[in-house]
Amino acid sequence: MTAARPFLAALAQRGLQALIVAVIVGIVSFAMMQALPGDAAYRIAAGRYGYDMMDAAAAEAVRLELGLDRHWSVQLFAWLGALAQFDLGRSLVYGSPVVDEIAVQLGYSLLLAAGAVITSLLIAVPVGVAAGMKPGGVVDRVTLALSVFVRAIPAFALGVVLVLAFAVQLKLFPVAGFRGPEHLVLPSLTLGLGLAAVSNRVVRDAVVDAMAAEWQLFARTKGLSARFTVLRHVLRNASLPVVTYVGVQMAYLIEGVVIVETVFAWPGIGHALVHAIFARDIAMVQGTALTLGLIYVALNLAIDLACRGIDPRTRSA
Amino acid sequence: MTDFTQIDAMPPARRSWPRIRPARGLGFTLLALLALCAVAGPDLVGQDPAKQSLLEARQPPSADNLLGTDHLGRDMAARLLSGAQLSLSLAVLSVLTAGLPGTLLGIVAAWYGGWTDRVLTSFADAVLALPGLLLVLMLAAISPGSWWALYAGISLTLWVEYFRYTRQRARIVMAEPAVEASRLLGLTPGLIIRRHLVPEIGPGLLTIAAFGAATAVTAVAALGFVSVGVRPPTAEWGVMMTELLPYWREAPFLILQPVACLVITVLALHLSVGGMRRP
Repeated sequence: MTAARPFLAALAQRGLQALIVAVIVGIVSFAMMQALPGDAAYRIAAGRYGYDMMDAAAAEAVRLELGLDRHWSVQLFAWLGALAQFDLGRSLVYGSPVVDEIAVQLGYSLLLAAGAVITSLLIAVPVGVAAGMKPGGVVDRVTLALSVFVRAIPAFALGVVLVLAFAVQLKLFPVAGFRGPEHLVLPSLTLGLGLAAVSNRVVRDAVVDAMAAEWQLFARTKGLSARFTVLRHVLRNASLPVVTYVGVQMAYLIEGVVIVETVFAWPGIGHALVHAIFARDIAMVQGTALTLGLIYVALNLAIDLACRGIDPRTRSA
Repeated sequence: MTDFTQIDAMPPARRSWPRIRPARGLGFTLLALLALCAVAGPDLVGQDPAKQSLLEARQPPSADNLLGTDHLGRDMAARLLSGAQLSLSLAVLSVLTAGLPGTLLGIVAAWYGGWTDRVLTSFADAVLALPGLLLVLMLAAISPGSWWALYAGISLTLWVEYFRYTRQRARIVMAEPAVEASRLLGLTPGLIIRRHLVPEIGPGLLTIAAFGAATAVTAVAALGFVSVGVRPPTAEWGVMMTELLPYWREAPFLILQPVACLVITVLALHLSVGGMRRP
């Protein structure tokens, strides 16, 4: 019982966060709807039946059906009520259900996010370990300077620079869109570099701490080789702060997905969100923003669970 | 933020990051130069950032146009300076409107505790439920192209960090015997805050402010870049990047200019507080 409680508490906390995400996204989308210029009934009727097929009668029917003539506060509750039943509505531009659109985009976004995290770990772990084994050494200083520099380049600017360098000058990778695995390289590298710029320092700190710990000295004293000690003990102990930090980076990852997908015309949720905002397709804005917010919560929950897996001490704490 | 308990347990020389000594100096110098550019604005090069001339489109740098001209023949240097004005003033404003309420509310939450603390903390947690840029994007989308929506969104997102930091530090300071004694002596809250709290949170707040300003500059450019924030023809660095993107093959040096401005600004802000925040 005592062992199970923190797990349930973590679950409940993330559940509450998911609820808050839904309410914020719902309210902001509703405000967006209210702020639209012109008559919403005409706009929706035009989206539904096409601009040639719609007239005042069609708009009136839409108005009655959706209750657009009610007071805004009543409409807000109706709006949030629909959201509570997972009714995301239809895209005002494409006319198809928002859920169908998102189901396609979600896979692309998760693919990009996974590519970014894997790229960042492939860069950050070796670099961080190399810097952490000799604190204050040349590797440590050079990687710190590089990290500071890369950290200062916003994700979309980094994307543009990488496109200029790899796609236009060297002609190594395709610039935009998605037709094959080679299209994944530049977007993942863009996001992965940004993530690695900070996480390599976390790896470095964790390795320095682990190397200075008494159990490390004990492991060496009892005759284990330096190589075995690092692989078996130092890396496992160092991985906890690193995984925790990957959780902190999820915000950067989600923000990055939105912007980087737009840079590379990647057919994911972030790209769809930006397009929907531009086209004033509010049903799509709400659906995509909600999905991104919920992915953020789910990833955080996954990190919570991963930490429990790595460190038994966190399970009963 | 720095976790002092952890650091004390470690030998300081091994734990701390190597210093890049000239970094802060470089950061301040760059910041001063940028501020100068922003204050002077397009007058510095004596060109109108909005004046088009299609006959002189995409010219290389010359005596008249120090950094060349863009696809509509507008002077690049003047446009970059105008962009610096917009970005830096928005950064300074949002630091003020996020920093002051954030810090004060943090002190209030720590001082009163109880329900006040719970309500304020829940509000901060609600803001943090979504990734910051997503929230700014949504709020800016309520009235697209509006400078005010953008500014309000950025401030609303940034105040939380000041609040959380101040609240956490203030709670520790409030629990110190010296502060307890001062309260029992009947010293005014103002005096206690000045004497005990300000020296404790000052440097940390400065770091948050620099990183917050960098976040604001980045957010404005990112939203401008994806056509949700500031609208053309306003000379804003992100908007300029979008406008110049189609010409990267013919004139890559054009699009690299707003990119460089953005990177230099963020770098200067980061360096001025020591390069990188310990995660």
